[in-house]
Amino acid sequence: MSRNLILGAALSSLVVLAALVSFIWTPYDHAALDIPSKLATPDNTHWFGTDHFGRDMFSMIMVGARTSIAVALVAVGIGIALGVPLGLTAAARKGSWLDEVIMRGNDLVFAFPSLVIAILITAVFGAGAINAIIAIGIFNIPVFARISRGAALSLWEREFILAARVAGKGTARISIEHILPNVANLLIVQGTIQFSLGILAEAGLSYVGLGAQPPTPSWGRMLADAQTMVGIAPHLALIPGLAIIVTVLGLNLLGDGLRDWLDPRIRVARA
Amino acid sequence: MLRYTLKRLMSLVISLVVSSVVIFAVIEVAPGDPASFMLGVNAQEDTLAALRAELGLDVSKFDRYLNWIGGMLVGDFGTSYTYRTPVSQMIADRLWVSLPLALYALALSTMIAFPAGIYAAARRGKPGDLAVMGATQLGIAVPNFWFAMMLVLIFAINLPWFNAGGFAGWESGLWVGLHSLTLPAIALALPQAAILARVMRSALLDILGEDYMRTARAKGLSRRQALWRHGVRNALIPVLTIIGLQFSFLLAGSIIIEQVFYLPGLGRLVFQAISARDLIVVESVVMLLVFAVITVNFLVDLAYAAVDPRLRSRT
Amino acid sequence: MSLLQITNLSVEIEDRPILEQINLSIDSGQIVAVTGESGSGKSMTALAVMQLLPSGSVQKGEIDLNGQNLLGLSEAQMCNLRGAAVGMVFQEPMTALNPVKTIGDQVAETILIHKATSPDKAYEKTRDVLIRVGLPPDRFPLSRYPHELSGGQRQRVVIAMAIALRPKLLIADEPTTALDVTTQAQILGLLKGLVKEYGMGLLMITHDLAVVADLADRIVVMRNGIVVEEGETQHLLSNMKHPYTRMLFEASGHQVELPKTPKPRVLLEVADVVREYRLPRGRLFENPKHHRAVDSVSFTLNSGERLGLVGESGCGKSTLTRAILGLEDVQSGQIRLDGQPVFTGHKPNLEVRRKLQVVFQDPFGSFNPRHRVGRLITEPLHLLETPPTQAERHHRVAEMLTAVGLNPDDAGKYIHEFSGGQRQRIAIARALIIRPELILFDEAVSALDVSVRAQILDLLAKLCREYHLTYLFISHDLSVVRTITDRVMVMRAGRIVEQGKTEHVFSDPQHAYTRELIAASPRLPEIKLAKTSY
Repeated sequence: MSRNLILGAALSSLVVLAALVSFIWTPYDHAALDIPSKLATPDNTHWFGTDHFGRDMFSMIMVGARTSIAVALVAVGIGIALGVPLGLTAAARKGSWLDEVIMRGNDLVFAFPSLVIAILITAVFGAGAINAIIAIGIFNIPVFARISRGAALSLWEREFILAARVAGKGTARISIEHILPNVANLLIVQGTIQFSLGILAEAGLSYVGLGAQPPTPSWGRMLADAQTMVGIAPHLALIPGLAIIVTVLGLNLLGDGLRDWLDPRIRVARA
Repeated sequence: MLRYTLKRLMSLVISLVVSSVVIFAVIEVAPGDPASFMLGVNAQEDTLAALRAELGLDVSKFDRYLNWIGGMLVGDFGTSYTYRTPVSQMIADRLWVSLPLALYALALSTMIAFPAGIYAAARRGKPGDLAVMGATQLGIAVPNFWFAMMLVLIFAINLPWFNAGGFAGWESGLWVGLHSLTLPAIALALPQAAILARVMRSALLDILGEDYMRTARAKGLSRRQALWRHGVRNALIPVLTIIGLQFSFLLAGSIIIEQVFYLPGLGRLVFQAISARDLIVVESVVMLLVFAVITVNFLVDLAYAAVDPRLRSRT
Repeated sequence: MSLLQITNLSVEIEDRPILEQINLSIDSGQIVAVTGESGSGKSMTALAVMQLLPSGSVQKGEIDLNGQNLLGLSEAQMCNLRGAAVGMVFQEPMTALNPVKTIGDQVAETILIHKATSPDKAYEKTRDVLIRVGLPPDRFPLSRYPHELSGGQRQRVVIAMAIALRPKLLIADEPTTALDVTTQAQILGLLKGLVKEYGMGLLMITHDLAVVADLADRIVVMRNGIVVEEGETQHLLSNMKHPYTRMLFEASGHQVELPKTPKPRVLLEVADVVREYRLPRGRLFENPKHHRAVDSVSFTLNSGERLGLVGESGCGKSTLTRAILGLEDVQSGQIRLDGQPVFTGHKPNLEVRRKLQVVFQDPFGSFNPRHRVGRLITEPLHLLETPPTQAERHHRVAEMLTAVGLNPDDAGKYIHEFSGGQRQRIAIARALIIRPELILFDEAVSALDVSVRAQILDLLAKLCREYHLTYLFISHDLSVVRTITDRVMVMRAGRIVEQGKTEHVFSDPQHAYTRELIAASPRLPEIKLAKTSY
């Protein structure tokens, strides 16, 4: 196992652990106001300091991890659940009208960056974490559709697929039995990357007020709150930012490490 | 080449039509009547009807769609529900901030990423490569708006080099305008540059394994000459795709970054419009963004053909 | 003094010995062929002379070119030599050229990079060189891109780049392996002519002994990084000392005995089959053109018969194969197996499928890397009406693995644990497991080394005796088809131009194309050899 994989797995599990532990324990109530001790810098009592209402930053970061992970995870789930079947179908029916429709549809969704989707949804239905999930999730669909189609297309040309067809298996069965297992690695790696992009996107949407609404804590909104005070209390901005960086960096390293680890490239000299 | 261009142009038009229908439909779903929203709950029925007629809301949905699209084609984006001013005027003013910002960032990102990617690929596995790769790994993980706040903290609050926010306006001169867009552009560009540098590097490394690179070496080209003469142009093909995608991220990203720097761009406009339920403004800004993304992708397709002769002759 | 003198050259890559104590010399105007099977180190020898070995290689010994030891030169000095004093031609013309640069620029680059002439003179010279290699600028302008040329034409461009500065030494690494026989004959003729005209030394790397025997002044036989035998061609052919050399030559011309065919009963009927593809439009609004890949092909195949189908790339044999397998529809005509149509749209007709199996060319791409051999082999059992029990499956797998010369225990392994030859055996086991009436061998031995190929041919002959196979053997390799089939069809441009008893067609070809094909195929010299067993 590579250094990337170990470091990435360690950082990612640290964040996931923090999110899980926050369900049963946080150092303080993350929502409890404590005006007298507001804007405290990190010390023994408040490990990450307090914000402008005196709320414990460490507790807020822990609970905020929950929001980030939940949003990004469900969004990746939407992307995989809808994108992969679309991509595999398009590949199995390559060149047909169905393929054309799926791929053009993909291109179209790519023209709507998740922020634009979020703006549209918010304009119509109001802001909220669900909107963030839908906005990021919709944008993930073409990502997974494209990657699974691309990988599946080259697999369909392989002789073992021809052999399966000669063995009388239909397209659907071949897609599930032969294609899917051979694109799974790629999907895991891409899933990790989309997960990290989801964390970033969620933070961005919350920052501009299109994501999770108060009182649900989120890293992006903590940064928005910190903005006016960045001069007097830089730790308010530093700490949530570092939390995002650690999470995204961990997931990216994990993705890179998984790619190397899952792809042993059984190379055999041919010439 | 003509066939290729026309085919892409067709798909550009279809994409624009379909996405405009989608945007229009989504906005139509929104509950509430703009006229009663504007005049308040106590408005008289006849004043409401007059306003509806003025806003063009008294015709069928289909006609409204045609009026919207037809108007946009001649630069008439309708009238803002809240400000009662032409939307096109509002957007034009803001566009002069957002578009230069996105282009400035794209230029910065490309100027940083290309040399960094080529440098890393040429020194694969050596300390220089590892340093570039480490930096880009970090760059990808940094949220651009947070990075923007840090830039403000360092270069505007602690060091008096830049203003913490606001836009001086182009009237005060090109240099002053660019100066006030510099921190936002850096904040937007660096994370994108990190991605682009990685793509450039891996595209080059893939190409280093190609047979024609060995052929070039057999002709007597040094490693570096082969990389520059035969590698870079082939590597541009995947890199162009990413540049196209990045433009849409930069445009969208500029909406967020504008919040950090209090820039009067499209982002500020759209958030004000959302809170004021000025849906016609939201609709038009979103359409404009989508138009920009689709057009850039069209240009990228054309750039492909310029780089790759196989595309020119095939379809 | 020799032009190239390699003395005691050893190469290690990451502590793995690749070449050991190689000695080799070439004089001006001489053609030296280095031959051997995969892994013999023949290509590495060529790359060592170019000093283009993979990074991490450690070299010992001497490579003297014109009395100058290349191992002592700096990278910059080597760059000055490459392309000027020594040129190289590679195996794969389809990928050896940069797809985004014109052929003129790529050939001229050799001249320009060495600053041999002024830029405008360089293009003049480029024109001359392209004329010399058979690509006159009036038909092949310098502004052409590689993708607009055929494989043979691209190889001519690669040769032009290598000889533009008239190097003293030319290295050709399997220059014709990727080409058709008729093209191969032309390229070999071109190389031979250039050696004579320019007085170059030619270091030819090839696995094809017939080419070697035909072309070379000296032969060097390598195996596992060691030179096992070396000598002047005529002398070596008549006095092979090393058993490996003898084995190679025997395997190259390997003959098998097929059992007699039973009473004819029509199994496969192909009647007036046409398959067309639409070509991309050249210009806008132009009527789309069609390419007739298969053009009114008719033949029958009797039960118990071994039928060959030969032809060059693009002749339509792959399309015909896919159509017979029912993987692709045809525009007109019929393909029936035992009276039933093979193509039934997206819903495969199991009744027909059950009688038909296939063995493909690529031993590396024919298997799902994620399944074990047991599961891979039993995939066709899916075609049976009543799926066999677990015990029955095990029994069949064991029987099949034994029949193809593998061990029943191999069923639990993954495919990457097997060599190319073993994989082809597994492919045969998979085809055989439902006892099909007809097997298609699609270039099934083309990717194998000669000794492995000989073993697979022996296996096929054995299976013919034990299982009474009926097969259609599709190949570009005439010598293989000649020994492994009873009847043969020659295909060209979508049509079958000649068919008949294999021996008749080969000894007395009627069609001009068949004659051309047979004449172009390099032939092994008649050598008296004791039968070797494998």
